[in-house]
Amino acid sequence: MVVATRVLSYRQAINEALRLEMRRDPTVILMGEDVAGGATVEHVEQEGAWGGPLGVTKSLVSEFGRRRVLDTPISEAAFIGAAVGAAVTGLRPVAELMFVDFFGVCMDQIFNQGAKLRYMFGGKAKVPMVIRTMIGAGFGAAGQHSGCHYSVFAHMPGLKAVAPATPYDAKGLLIAAIRDDDPVLFFEHKMLYDTTGEVPEGDYVVPIGKADVKREGNDVTIVAISRMVHVALEAAARLAADGIDAEVVDLRSLSPLDEETVLRSLAKTRRLVVVDEDNPRCSIAADIAALAVDKGFDSLDAPVKLVTAPHTPVPFSPPLEQYYVPSPERVVAAVRELL
Amino acid sequence: MEIPRERLLWLYERMVLIRAFEDRVAQLFAAGKLPGFVHLYAGEEAIAVGVCAHLTDRDFITSTHRGHGHCIAKGVDVRAMMTELYGKATGVCKGKGGSMHIADVDKGMLGANGIVGGGPPIACGAGLTAKTLGTDQVAVYFFGDGAAEQGTTHEAMNLAAIWKLPVVFVCENNLYAESTPWTYHCAAPDIASRAAAYDMPGVLVDGTDVFAVYEAAGEAIARARRGEGPTLLECRAFRYYGHFQGDAVTYRTPEEEASYRQRDPIQRFRQAVLSQGLLGEDELDAVDAAVKDRIEEAVRFAETSPYPPPEECLTDVYVSYPVEQLAFRH
Ligand SMILES: Cc1ncc(C[n+]2csc(CCOP(=O)(O)OP(=O)(O)O)c2C)c(N)n1
Ligand SMILES: [Mg+2]
Repeated sequence: MVVATRVLSYRQAINEALRLEMRRDPTVILMGEDVAGGATVEHVEQEGAWGGPLGVTKSLVSEFGRRRVLDTPISEAAFIGAAVGAAVTGLRPVAELMFVDFFGVCMDQIFNQGAKLRYMFGGKAKVPMVIRTMIGAGFGAAGQHSGCHYSVFAHMPGLKAVAPATPYDAKGLLIAAIRDDDPVLFFEHKMLYDTTGEVPEGDYVVPIGKADVKREGNDVTIVAISRMVHVALEAAARLAADGIDAEVVDLRSLSPLDEETVLRSLAKTRRLVVVDEDNPRCSIAADIAALAVDKGFDSLDAPVKLVTAPHTPVPFSPPLEQYYVPSPERVVAAVRELL
Repeated sequence: MEIPRERLLWLYERMVLIRAFEDRVAQLFAAGKLPGFVHLYAGEEAIAVGVCAHLTDRDFITSTHRGHGHCIAKGVDVRAMMTELYGKATGVCKGKGGSMHIADVDKGMLGANGIVGGGPPIACGAGLTAKTLGTDQVAVYFFGDGAAEQGTTHEAMNLAAIWKLPVVFVCENNLYAESTPWTYHCAAPDIASRAAAYDMPGVLVDGTDVFAVYEAAGEAIARARRGEGPTLLECRAFRYYGHFQGDAVTYRTPEEEASYRQRDPIQRFRQAVLSQGLLGEDELDAVDAAVKDRIEEAVRFAETSPYPPPEECLTDVYVSYPVEQLAFRH
């Protein structure tokens, strides 16, 4: 069967995934601050006001109504926890934690409740919920609205975590996340919302736990995630001009981790650079390096190089923020050190 | 209530300074001069000013994402503030905090906050310091109506009450949390009455009337200084701009917005002092002119200040790694 595709933005792809799943399954609900917006304000009661702070959930309330698209008070512990409770008892909630930096406010409900119930209850509970949340620097949003922090969640048993880099992956991974019976953290990079790409119509699933080779190459493997996939691809393009053939592996999922794809690529190229916008200590980047050393040692012809953010909060000032985010130049320089 | 002349002039000057700062920031933001995003305080000036009139540099405040007004009322230098908003090295936080994290501990200003509900426990901590050290310092937590629904606000009110901490909780009810009306997000008919749950006084105040705020805050702060514990004030006012600059504000009608200006805190102040002959029009106009110059001077200073060097990114963090190690592996 030929499926029509069209060009959508990352934002539109996420909106479409939510819409299709809500149409397909009446137990899927959305909740979060201003996900519709303007609750009880007569002239926007139907169509909503904001549709999320960056318009990602826009117009969903018009189709599904306020019983399924719920504006919440600024009470993350209460509504993220309510998502856990609703998930255990028969709904498939998609809760929005506006910026991932806010996780501290509601972490108990995520980590001690949502993540552990199935295990502690001897397998009897299912927690089919999704937490959508924004990550990343680049907006000048400073120390409490710019982190990635996904490594924190990957560290926690019982949570799945995905971070798509393209509109295609965003749609397919979100559909997979909603259908998954475990709690899934869905990380949306705010600098990617306006990026575009081919997206098929209708529903399809990008499996959770499967990495994707975004560029094939033989000389070095660059593993990246989320926005850093684009930084890695840009670096690969520059390296190609000098005859260096880089392979770019987009992890897509942090948890579960697709060890096989990373190790297969490493076995081919024998060199590894990891690019990660998260803070470096105890991070997904460090985890990939550990994987290479632990299970790919014989493939390594050179040390593993990590190109990450520094181990600091995100600064406000533009030149500092630019310094903070890994750049193609730094990736290129890291690759050159290996060759 | 008698307010000395200099105090009256101070109230006016601070309100006008906040308004001028915010209006200028709105222009600069629209012109693409300021990175990030800004939440403006115009319309709510009487609250910060009426409360901070009773505080000295030794007292503490914690603030919100909408923090410029609190800073100015607490005496933070507007030049250093404007420069911070530009992300320049001479900013009050060296350009590292920006609008949402603007702070000046030397002035007792313990930070704007990017986390709704981030401030109340910190205000309790400041109150605990004062109580433990036996000083007469007071801590004020400014918070929005939206922050009234955050668990930290409730936990902090209870903590302040059981320990009789010198903390004043000042809720700035501007009717909305982002696009959500407070009547939707709050189950109670008013926020002030929640004080009953924590056995503290709760007072509903017209937050567009600086005299009303001044009086209510004066009592609450005096009570805190006497060691009698916390008070909750709910001040109702309007935010003139959108939630942040760039908000299309579809959730308010033009009529609603127009009605706000009829209760403008600065105009109300002018009318009150002029009709009672407390201050002269020329005095007030002189304040307006001086404020304008000050803001323009702040903008000039900000524009001509340098950005911090990129490596400044790595300083002031508790755990720092040597720069040599930072080329790729931080
Ligand atoms: C913990 C947390 N949740 C959500 C947000 C996003 N947010 C920023 S301001 C705001 C609304 C705040 O409303 P209110 O407390 O009434 O203050 P106002 O903006 O009206 O001054 C929200 C939801 C945040 N910064 N922190
Ligand atoms: Mg509000």
